Amino acid sequence: MADLATVAAALSAPGKGLLASDESTGTIGKRLEKAGLPNTEDIRRAYRELYYTTPGMGQYISGVIMFKETLLQSTADGRRFVDVLAEQGILAGIKVDEGLAPLPDGGDGETYTRGLEGLEAACREYVAAGAKFAKWRATIKVSDVLPTDLAVERNADDLARYAKICQECGLVPVVEPEILIDGAHSQERFGAVTERVVGATVAALWRHGVALEGCLLKPQMVIPGAEAEGGPLPPGQVARATVAALRRVVPPAIPGIMFLSGGQSEEEATANLNAINLEAQAAGRCPWALSFSFGRALQVRRARGAPAS
Amino acid sequence: MQAKMQLRSQRAATVGRSRVQTKVVCRAFNSMESAHAEELKKTAAYIAQKGKGILASDESNATTGKRLESVGVENTEDNRRAWRELLYTAPGLGQYVSGAIMFEETLYQTARDGRQFVDILLSQGIYPGIKVDTGLQILPGDKGETTTQGLDNLADRCKAYRKQGARFAKWRAVVKIGEAGCPSTTAVLENAHGLARYAQICQENGLVPIVEPEVTLGPGDYSIEETAFWSERVYSHVMRLLNEYGVVLEGILLKPNMCLPGLDAPVATPKEVARATVRTMMRSIPPAVPGIHFLSGGMSEEEATLNLQALNEEAPNAPWALTFSYGRALQSSTLKTWRGQEANWAAAQDILVKLAKANSEASVGNFKGPHPVPGGGRILQALRTGGAGK
Repeated sequence: MADLATVAAALSAPGKGLLASDESTGTIGKRLEKAGLPNTEDIRRAYRELYYTTPGMGQYISGVIMFKETLLQSTADGRRFVDVLAEQGILAGIKVDEGLAPLPDGGDGETYTRGLEGLEAACREYVAAGAKFAKWRATIKVSDVLPTDLAVERNADDLARYAKICQECGLVPVVEPEILIDGAHSQERFGAVTERVVGATVAALWRHGVALEGCLLKPQMVIPGAEAEGGPLPPGQVARATVAALRRVVPPAIPGIMFLSGGQSEEEATANLNAINLEAQAAGRCPWALSFSFGRALQVRRARGAPAS
Repeated sequence: MQAKMQLRSQRAATVGRSRVQTKVVCRAFNSMESAHAEELKKTAAYIAQKGKGILASDESNATTGKRLESVGVENTEDNRRAWRELLYTAPGLGQYVSGAIMFEETLYQTARDGRQFVDILLSQGIYPGIKVDTGLQILPGDKGETTTQGLDNLADRCKAYRKQGARFAKWRAVVKIGEAGCPSTTAVLENAHGLARYAQICQENGLVPIVEPEVTLGPGDYSIEETAFWSERVYSHVMRLLNEYGVVLEGILLKPNMCLPGLDAPVATPKEVARATVRTMMRSIPPAVPGIHFLSGGMSEEEATLNLQALNEEAPNAPWALTFSYGRALQSSTLKTWRGQEANWAAAQDILVKLAKANSEASVGNFKGPHPVPGGGRILQALRTGGAGK
């Protein structure tokens, strides 16, 4: 347990955040194809190598979330990615969920996340390969009638079960209840749903005996829906709503809140994160690190050039 | 504003079988509509301000009677009134105390000179509070576990108390540990639901609820870790239900127990108490709660101060105030000094204020000693059940 707390603290160290580069083969393929590159294992490897060997990344990145294939890959000159990252003081993380599936008896478009079956065996393999933390993404849809209690409770419970298994295997779980930005809902509605969903997630973590000091939370910021009237809000407003909501439901024992950037542009996500930290300092009594776990917001929009460059 | 929506399965009508309907609960947590929300937050923040704590003087008439009788004072309404007058008119008390919890009778009483107690307290900058539960009741089963009564007519009572000048309320739930089978799930959930429902009603009627889930110090040699384990479970259910019931956390105060081993186990050092207690709070209490006001429940006056000091040393940057809501730990020596004698009035008040000062210092990690009443023993009382809070 002490090890888990140490790893969680390292991942949420001041000034550092997570690079989410755990896109599945299909998702990363779409991105590569847009850049005119074929979706082969070697191209995917080279793409990740580009990031993991960036000099100085260790100043700002505490951990990298990888897809299974990537965890086992190496640089062109034969050094394991896990080792290359470790040299920079960066910890290796692994996405362990197996994607979304429609929630039986759920509302229109609601999902649960697959992957609990066989999770323990998989985690032990990942630990042997050098992973120190894991990630599991649940998604919650918002509308006038969603989310249903079933979706909230099912996803919260599955997140807690995932977290418990990870801890038993020696991995710090990043717990990601992503409330989707799709929809026309207001920021206020989003805040209410955030409290409901994150509150239920924390309650599930308590119920399953997850050690809070050894896990991290990866929520969405409290923003209006992508189709809401008026468009994105000023960072100060995002910050106030986000900090207020999380202070109501996240106990201090969780060392870090690593925001996802899902649906925001790079500039938006960074500006909002900055404002969140300023708000936290101004409001006081925000005991957790408030940092990032960004994917698209950190990654270059287009991958260019041949693998060798 | 609560918006409850129902989602019906499209197939139910055609298939004709009954289905549990999935429901949406969406609470507007920023409750801007609630007239009371902003006032509740301000009141809670005032009571939880740095360097101050709460004087718990809400003993029922029967319990107060036992105390008075122990120093040879008859249990009459006037003696109860005089005893509280001594407490509330203590000069300078308001430097260290931000709230005083009263029993119903006391809320309506006056000093000898005719001033209302509520006005005397307010003139000292002390907010009047009111105990609203009507006592413990034994739960079915053979473990002697309890639930707390008092929800019936609570809304109306809150309105009346607020009109009289009360700004906050208190409800004590007790969870027993240290015996095989305790606490049962029934007891934990029953008490948590009672607290959440009480808190919701208070807020709707303009009173800040002090939420008191007491994992009680009892016989047995159970360890401090066992107390911490059960305290975490109890508090987590309480916090979960407070959120589910739409209680505004910035507008409540928490009154929990410190984590102590059983009465038959060796007494824990202040550092041990602090470590276990802080860890438990960090795991269970979101930062939106402005103040955690520990009960003294049986600790000696000195123990209560030293433990509070250790708590603040352990967590100097805690997101909530770590302070006191002490009854016996402020009153015991005060009462023994007074003994019902007019000649001892000033000396008794002096002890009270010194005790309040010591705990005020401890609540910001500044208590250096010596303690005004060192070396006292544990001040235990039996759990009273039954009776409608008389």
